[in-house]
Amino acid sequence: MSTINYSEKIPNNVNLGEDRTLQRALEGWQPNFINWWDDVGPEGSTNHEVYLRTAVSVDPQGWAQFGHVKMRDYRWGIFLNPGDANREIHFGDHKGEKAWQDVPGEHRANLRRIIVTQGDTEPASVEQQRHLGLTAPSMYDLRNLFQINVEEGRHLWAMVYLLHKHFGRDGREEAEALLQRTSGDVDNPRILGAFNEKTPDWLAFFMFTYFTDRDGKFQLAALAESAFDPLARTTKFMLTEEAHHMFVGESGVSRVLARTAQVMNELKTDDAQKVRAAGAIDLGTIQRYLNFHYSVTIDLFGADQSSNAAIFYSSGLKGRYEEGKRTDDHVLKGQTYKVLEVKDGQLVEKDVPMLNALNEVLRDDFIKDSVAGVGRWNKVLEKAGIPTRLTVPHKAFNRQIGALAGIKMSPEGRVVNEVEWAAKKNEWLPSAEDFAFVASLMGRVVEPGKFAGWISPPVMGINRQPVDFEYVRFG
Amino acid sequence: MDMAVEAGIIKQHLIDPEICIRCNTCEATCPVNAITHDDNNYVVRADVCNGCMACISPCPTGSIDNWRTMPLVRAYSIEEQLTWESLPAELSPEELEAAGVSAEAAGDAAADVPAQTQAQAAVDSVEPVFNSAQYGATVPPWSAAHAYTNLFPPKSPTTATVVGNFNCTEAGFDSETHHIVLDFGVVPFPVLEGQSIGIVPPGVDAIGKRHHARQYSVASPRNGERPGYNNVSLTVKRVTEDHQGQPVRGLCSNYVCDLKVGDTVQVVGPFGSSFLMPNHPRSHIVMICTGTGSAPMRAMTEWRRRLRKSGKFEGGKLMLFFGARTQQELPYFGPLQSLPKDFIDINLAFSRTPGQPKRYVQDLMRERAADLAALLKDGASHFYVCGLKSMEEGVVLALRDVAKEAGLDWDTVGAALKREGRLHLETY
Ligand SMILES: Cc1cc2nc3c(=O)[nH]c(=O)nc-3n(C[C@H](O)[C@H](O)[C@H](O)COP(=O)(O)OP(=O)(O)OC[C@H]3O[C@@H](n4cnc5c(N)ncnc54)[C@H](O)[C@@H]3O)c2cc1C
Ligand code: SF4
Ligand code: SF4
Repeated sequence: MSTINYSEKIPNNVNLGEDRTLQRALEGWQPNFINWWDDVGPEGSTNHEVYLRTAVSVDPQGWAQFGHVKMRDYRWGIFLNPGDANREIHFGDHKGEKAWQDVPGEHRANLRRIIVTQGDTEPASVEQQRHLGLTAPSMYDLRNLFQINVEEGRHLWAMVYLLHKHFGRDGREEAEALLQRTSGDVDNPRILGAFNEKTPDWLAFFMFTYFTDRDGKFQLAALAESAFDPLARTTKFMLTEEAHHMFVGESGVSRVLARTAQVMNELKTDDAQKVRAAGAIDLGTIQRYLNFHYSVTIDLFGADQSSNAAIFYSSGLKGRYEEGKRTDDHVLKGQTYKVLEVKDGQLVEKDVPMLNALNEVLRDDFIKDSVAGVGRWNKVLEKAGIPTRLTVPHKAFNRQIGALAGIKMSPEGRVVNEVEWAAKKNEWLPSAEDFAFVASLMGRVVEPGKFAGWISPPVMGINRQPVDFEYVRFG
Repeated sequence: MDMAVEAGIIKQHLIDPEICIRCNTCEATCPVNAITHDDNNYVVRADVCNGCMACISPCPTGSIDNWRTMPLVRAYSIEEQLTWESLPAELSPEELEAAGVSAEAAGDAAADVPAQTQAQAAVDSVEPVFNSAQYGATVPPWSAAHAYTNLFPPKSPTTATVVGNFNCTEAGFDSETHHIVLDFGVVPFPVLEGQSIGIVPPGVDAIGKRHHARQYSVASPRNGERPGYNNVSLTVKRVTEDHQGQPVRGLCSNYVCDLKVGDTVQVVGPFGSSFLMPNHPRSHIVMICTGTGSAPMRAMTEWRRRLRKSGKFEGGKLMLFFGARTQQELPYFGPLQSLPKDFIDINLAFSRTPGQPKRYVQDLMRERAADLAALLKDGASHFYVCGLKSMEEGVVLALRDVAKEAGLDWDTVGAALKREGRLHLETY
């Protein structure tokens, strides 16, 4: 059951061969997917053989198989975690009932919307990262980028499968549309703002994979609780893949910090200009990148009060992070949660019904997880004897969504006026000059075991391979 | 071999907090819930982790693959691990000695102590180290039958009835091993040789949680202990002392050994999709086991015996290396003796026969180097290792040495064995 059939055109563990109509529909979508990959997938990589992880089954023994593969030959497919025939809905109004194997009519529109929104983020990040291969700081990093790219592609497949299988004609149309929207396109952009931002350089990429893929983790974890069992099983498996993406971000920034600290210690300086002149990225720039990616990502969780979130939860479509580990009643009626608003120029907290605040609950879970990771980055500085610490900005900083949208606020959480904002903006968020400087460091280093001067080598290779392993064979 | 357990040493499984990104993959993967976390760290419960390695390859960072030789009494508690910012260093021989572990015992126990120290150094130097687990295949042999897994996941066990239970070691010894037959009635529970099942002991633990399932390898072939019936057999050793030789009653093993015919048990599984036997007629099987590690070997041998009896099997050698402390403790000693010599090549090692030098399975393997080398050269040979965790390294090292002495390049041979699903390790 858990073994994936690779002899089929579309590898799967869902007995696709037994549903001819569905199989034909997906086989119709597949060439468009390949065209999309060729047009906007990783630039100039067609002939590379990349040391990729591919799943042969969804159990621990089988899902992490490594080997050199051309990315275009990567077998994107449809893999669901094993099901549990007796699974029960464990939150919301349907608590205690049997999980759904099919979409109930009354939840159809909402479920489709959730799946389309999730699906839309997957190809978007491939598009956003399209040019990064040309400026990779090492062969090891290049491989990690490509691994992420193919897996985002597979996550798209996961959502497309659900749309085709469970949503009939409109599902097929939505699946088509996923390939027609393009990140940053003025006429037909991706659905969520952060997925239309550029990923111009590798520091941005690491920040993106740290923060934005972590948003992915929390969204997927909430969907993995869903009463709609096929969605829960798909996202559970996606979570295991997502972990690598966050790893690339977390270790990437750590390695940039390690290199910066090393240069600061060698030159005995904390002067940003001297650090830059030595070819490393100064801590101020790193902090500004962090502020930007963090604030853009927490917007992804949506408005702080949302009746949709309440409906999604009560109807069992989307749970909370680690729903099963929480000890409340899992219905949440009559409970409250604190959200922020600005009153008379001051930030204040107010209680709102918990069900309406579930976006905020998930955002706060995300924040806690992100902050812990920033603490681990600080350990790198601490160990190197550098007194500076990175911090995450205030939750209300640079927000574009919800009650805090457009409020001008310092990273510490002080409401500021337009004048101060304009004057300090470049201290708080990356400036054009910061971007230009980081861009100037982006060369291409791809001999095995060699690394660009602004980043340290990783502590260990992928799949216990040595760091100077030939992760990419250039064709 | 069992020296490790007696000397009170364990290889404790730890997560490197400096590399771990707290992604939860390992916790979601571990079949026995050995992994837990708080806001700070991910940690492994030493008393629950059985070293099954299921969490190793899914971890995206490599932080999960850390092992420390520890006196059992000083095993790091989860409370302690939750506070860590970095991994503690390996205990020095002096510290081990101070904890009552002689250097000899420590060396005996974990031939890989130096390898582990290196593993730490490897974080800086990135030198490859000898890590026996890395040679274990994660894919089944190409001719293996298709295995069903997780038909009954831990959350929804099924019920089986005990239809047989007898001691398959010599009577009168504490460390007896039982042969247990479970019948599933009409419940589908298809298993293949090499798979395992989980038994959920009744009751709850000290904090009121249901006991976790213990895993046991299936000892019967695919068509049942009794051919044509929906039943499986297990080989379960009564745990009567802990890893230091202190008296302790193993919860699940004693429950199972004390079951009466007619009792029912809660079962989860089946588990395992790679430790499976080859089915093509020219395939050779080399089986290396200690104690209850013989269970899957019995299953494979019995299946081949049935095939041979029905005239359906042509060639393919069977070679067995089997270790126990004494002959009395060796499960299935009697039945083994009655197998024809031209059917299976049996090599027994006893580490505690009075008046005789200690012999371990790897010693026997070295003695049979010439035959093993020939098998290593043959692409149709499959190697299976099952038993106590502490035997694994020694066995894989012995295989490596046999290969080297025969002029084979171990890196090539080892990699091929892994890639082709021809070397399988299951130690606990
Ligand atoms: C894949 C797999 C297959 C297995 N197959 C078999 C099998 O075929 N037959 C079999 O008997 N067991 C097998 N085991 C081991 C089995 O799952 C249990 O660990 C064992 O029965 C002890 O469980 P318990 O509940 O009796 O002891 P527990 O109550 O869990 O432990 C009690 C004490 O005994 C110690 N202890 C645990 N195991 C041992 C041991 N083996 N020797 C000495 N001390 C020990 C513990 O550290 C603890 O101090 C297998 C394990 C795995 C992971
Ligand atoms: S080795 Fe096995 S039992 Fe131990 S933590 Fe990993 S998955 Fe769990
Ligand atoms: S899988 Fe690895 S990185 Fe993820 S939490 Fe577990 S040990 Fe940490």
